[in-house]
Amino acid sequence: MFSEIAEYFRTETLPHMWCPGCGNGTITAALVRAIKTLRLDQNKVVIVSGIGCSSRMPGYLDFNTLHTTHGRALAFATGIKAAKPELDVFVVMGDGDSSAIGGNHLIHAARRNIDLTAIIINNNIYGMTGGQSSPMTPHDKRATTSPYGNLERPFQLLDLVQAAGATYGARATAYHNQLLSKLIIDAYNNPGFSLIEAISQCPVSYGRRNKFKTPADMLLWQKEHGVTAGRRALKDEDFLIGEVFNKEAPEYTQEYEKLRQRLKGGER
Amino acid sequence: MSKARLMQGNEACAEGALAAGVRFYAGYPITPSTEIAEIMAEKLPLLGGTFIQMEDEIGSMAAVIGASLTGAKSLTATSGPGFSLKQENLGYAIATEVPCVVVNVQRGGPSTGLPTSPAQADVMQAKWGTHGDHPMIALSPSSVQECYELTVKAFNFAEEFRTVVIMLMDEVVGHLREKVELPESLPVENRKKPTVSPDQYVPFANDPSLIPAMANFGEGYRYHVTGLTHGENGLPTGKPEVTAKFLKRLTQKLDPYLERIQLWEEAYLADAELIVLAYGCTARPVREAIDAARREGLKVGLFRPITIWPFPSREIAKYKGRKFLVPEMNNGQLVGEVERVFGFEGVERLNRIDGELITVTEILEKIREVMSHVQ
Repeated sequence: MFSEIAEYFRTETLPHMWCPGCGNGTITAALVRAIKTLRLDQNKVVIVSGIGCSSRMPGYLDFNTLHTTHGRALAFATGIKAAKPELDVFVVMGDGDSSAIGGNHLIHAARRNIDLTAIIINNNIYGMTGGQSSPMTPHDKRATTSPYGNLERPFQLLDLVQAAGATYGARATAYHNQLLSKLIIDAYNNPGFSLIEAISQCPVSYGRRNKFKTPADMLLWQKEHGVTAGRRALKDEDFLIGEVFNKEAPEYTQEYEKLRQRLKGGER
Repeated sequence: MSKARLMQGNEACAEGALAAGVRFYAGYPITPSTEIAEIMAEKLPLLGGTFIQMEDEIGSMAAVIGASLTGAKSLTATSGPGFSLKQENLGYAIATEVPCVVVNVQRGGPSTGLPTSPAQADVMQAKWGTHGDHPMIALSPSSVQECYELTVKAFNFAEEFRTVVIMLMDEVVGHLREKVELPESLPVENRKKPTVSPDQYVPFANDPSLIPAMANFGEGYRYHVTGLTHGENGLPTGKPEVTAKFLKRLTQKLDPYLERIQLWEEAYLADAELIVLAYGCTARPVREAIDAARREGLKVGLFRPITIWPFPSREIAKYKGRKFLVPEMNNGQLVGEVERVFGFEGVERLNRIDGELITVTEILEKIREVMSHVQ
């Protein structure tokens, strides 16, 4: 029920701008439910986003919210967290935003293992500009800029950030939105860089071109292909959902604070 | 009591930032500005601040804005090619009115150009490098002393007017070593904080001062910041009437304060038939050339804009009827502003773009040439 989470919204900004059938609203609610469950102080929560459909999310939410430039959300968030580590910083990005133009910031935020909770809403397409292929468009799928099918191969986002040094990675979908909320809580509790890939649907710009007749068909596809680890062998378009990796490594802002303390003690 | 020290321009700039209360630096290595980053890396953690070397110039500018939103006075430093990359988020800081200081130690361009040679190649880029209409403050020091004092001023302007301030240095003043008198203290400004309760706070209010109060993230004033055109509440809008109101305030917000923002130095202007308008490193040989010309009985004066943007057009307009000479280490950039005031007639140029300083002799010869045509 929306009334359960309405206190976290700038209700005067609603209704939102997203198309009917879009997964962004479901994922927004999953994030807000996670924040509510964590009982975080609204005044200490910062939500940062880049540019694109999903990056409009912070405007609807009643926190310290920052809608930045295309691809740069993690770099802005790094400045916020490094300057004021006591803030709880969530970063919401789209797949094109985070993995194409923002790809450099993504791997370096992971490398620093800075304590940010990042959510990439992956709808496999540039939605706001009308359906161009992104680095997350699957091979052979159609987009306005791959009208004969995508020749390129998509990133494996979680593998990418794990290799770069992130300490928590998980995946869920708009369909598996309760799992998504739970994973956001776990990601928040990881003291380091956490990434959640939230698979979403864009019925207008992706679904129509790729044989999904309705938004519900896309949610059913998520239900069918999202597989919990160990449930069955992955085949075809299947993907793992749930926690994918979780490890320990020094966190950037804690390391920096240790340096300040060390210097205060006269050590160089 | 002031302290005298031998210092490099980049070092003086870093020391000025520290005197102004800088607590955050994000940057990316680039010649000839790197010393500023190196000093910040050493000093900021000692002061409880933060230095971070980002993955690129774009990310550095982004991190600086993020840090400033939490209340930390924030700085980045770069040079030509890096300054080009900064433009995206530099525009964001202007549009969202987040105070910060960007140092550009200019080098020869275009492109990678002349990394270790001086130039004044980014004068127009400083004003118009980022897209859209916007206000801009850029300061141009011509001595190491000024690198120090103007950096303090740059932070003060950034904080008071909620905008980006560019320290438009050049390789000569950045790497020059000379004596600096460090004042015991200089006035330091801090951003105006809201005096109302959070539910009354209007983050981008059309305040009569044109500069709305700024709450820092985490202090209980939850508001939205976006590079989209926004209303007084910070939320995006496409409405022409809201857009017009926002952009009117944004583009005019420095106007009431020009008297304090526009700084310049002048010498021998009262009887000058020819005024040499020079800034930054070029003002140094110009001063010598003017003294030599005066000894020859030539009535020559100096007008040195310290604030390059907003350009002090009204001030120089007072000298209608005099001849102007504008020597620059570019192909003629700031001279255009002089021509906007007087037209092409009576405005002379002297340009050098080969990475070498314009010499006293070159300037003196040009002065003699121009003066030989003065009736």
